[in-house]
Amino acid sequence: MSIRIWEVRKSFGARVVLDGVTLDVDAGETVAIIGFSGSGKSVLLKTIVGLLKPDSGAVFVDGQDVGALRREELYALRRQVGYVFQFAALFDSMTVEENVAMGLRRVPGMTEAQIRERVEESLRLVELEGYGARLPGQLSGGQRKRVGLARAIATRPRYVLYDEPTTGLDPVTTAVIDRLILKLDRELGVTSLVVTHNMESALRIADRIAFLHDGRVRFTGTPDEVRSSEDPIVRAFIEGRPELAQEVV
Amino acid sequence: MNGLWSAPLAWVGRSALELSAGFGRFGRFTASAVRALSDTGTWGRQLIEQMARLGVESIPIAVFIAAFTGIVLALQASYTFTGAVPLYFVGALVAKTMILELGPVLTGLALAGRVGANIASEIGTMRVTEQIDALETLAYDPVAYLVVPRVLAGVVMFPIVVAFADAVGIAAGWITSINLLDLSTPEFVRGVRLFFDTFDVRYSLVKATSFGLVVTLVGCFSGFGAAGGAAAVGRATTQAVVLSSMLILVLDAFWAAVLL
Ligand SMILES: Nc1ncnc2c1ncn2[C@@H]1O[C@H](COP(=O)(O)OP(=O)(O)OP(=O)(O)O)[C@@H](O)[C@H]1O
Ligand SMILES: [Mg+2]
Repeated sequence: MSIRIWEVRKSFGARVVLDGVTLDVDAGETVAIIGFSGSGKSVLLKTIVGLLKPDSGAVFVDGQDVGALRREELYALRRQVGYVFQFAALFDSMTVEENVAMGLRRVPGMTEAQIRERVEESLRLVELEGYGARLPGQLSGGQRKRVGLARAIATRPRYVLYDEPTTGLDPVTTAVIDRLILKLDRELGVTSLVVTHNMESALRIADRIAFLHDGRVRFTGTPDEVRSSEDPIVRAFIEGRPELAQEVV
Repeated sequence: MNGLWSAPLAWVGRSALELSAGFGRFGRFTASAVRALSDTGTWGRQLIEQMARLGVESIPIAVFIAAFTGIVLALQASYTFTGAVPLYFVGALVAKTMILELGPVLTGLALAGRVGANIASEIGTMRVTEQIDALETLAYDPVAYLVVPRVLAGVVMFPIVVAFADAVGIAAGWITSINLLDLSTPEFVRGVRLFFDTFDVRYSLVKATSFGLVVTLVGCFSGFGAAGGAAAVGRATTQAVVLSSMLILVLDAFWAAVLL
């Protein structure tokens, strides 16, 4: 029930994106990943479900080495993991309902009635009841994102990976989503990784915060430890003051 | 000499490497599609919809092309035969040419544009907008979900569309003959029967099946390979149409050499 990321390296051509990332997420824990734009947060999240293969290093989910799994094992593992894409990645030829139902159709023994019920419930959790019949093209960016979230959690996965679940949402909706993440964490014991740019969110929802910088985890700590961190780059990030980081470079 | 030739030689070498790498990728892609055939639960649901989209909706364009081809064949045959050859040979020429060559090949080329471009742009868009990644995270094998139903639909539906085209082309030739040429229906039918062989029909449909395979497989392959944004989808679409049109002509020659 844990995620272990061990010495993961990933380059695209000559560009080294991840340069030995090591990070553990314990069972039931919520870890927020923060870091500058382009620091490789999305790439890191994708390696966890095998969408990208690390050049070296390994990712263990539930004790299984993701890179070494056979196809069926990998798909079996993915059924346990919900993934919220940064840009929603909704199936644009399907309605909202059908999008949310996609994962549920892979669950053995689920009837159409149960699927419909679960879809409605998931849409209610992201405050989108009544939007089921719309197409993704008819939604706002923030609504799309919430459908992506509903789709990811509809199957009640034991792990959820959130890639910027609240970016682009208004403060109230952001708080609703934050509360949802906390609820899943507390009530269902979900183990989650949340990539976010929103420091407030990170401090609110995370048990621990990891700061990704220069291809490595530069800092991990509890929200309190982050608040009191003296690291100039961490301070630059949380205070939004680039001049602090410049002094060390 | 060295300086003059090194640049073009390097280009040739690079192109050859790229080409062989492309063949390798296409081979692996095809192998993954074959393997995904066993995942019936994933593609079964999609098959009917794809058969309708790739096949049934292609019938109008195929019929349109075949009708005009049949008209032109009849008129050109009578123009060519004037005096030297009995006019009822028009029926033989229309039927033979329609079934053996123009029915399958013109339909194939038209569908390379319609179906191939449609598949490549749809799958390419899904690739660049991470919808294919989303399928993966929802535990769907994207090859089983997207590729297999399209390729099967192509293999099943292309022969049906071509059969329509063959029939419509001959019918158009017949209507032209009795209206514009000095030919009666029995004479036209006599011409059709003269050289007709059921083998021709099988040949026509075998070609159509292979075209269906090539157009859908190349369309899927091009779409899956798209990386980047809208421009990449455009390139994938162009590649699908050009490559499958060329392969259709190559296959056409291949079947003629092997089967005739
Ligand atoms: N498929 C890819 N091919 C080439 N380069 C890539 C690819 N995916 C990501 N990159 C590069 O990897 C780097 C990290 O990208 P990533 O999307 O992980 O950043 P991020 O931390 O999520 O940024 P943001 O906060 O803006 O979303 C970027 O420089 C990007 O250009
Ligand atoms: Mg990102």
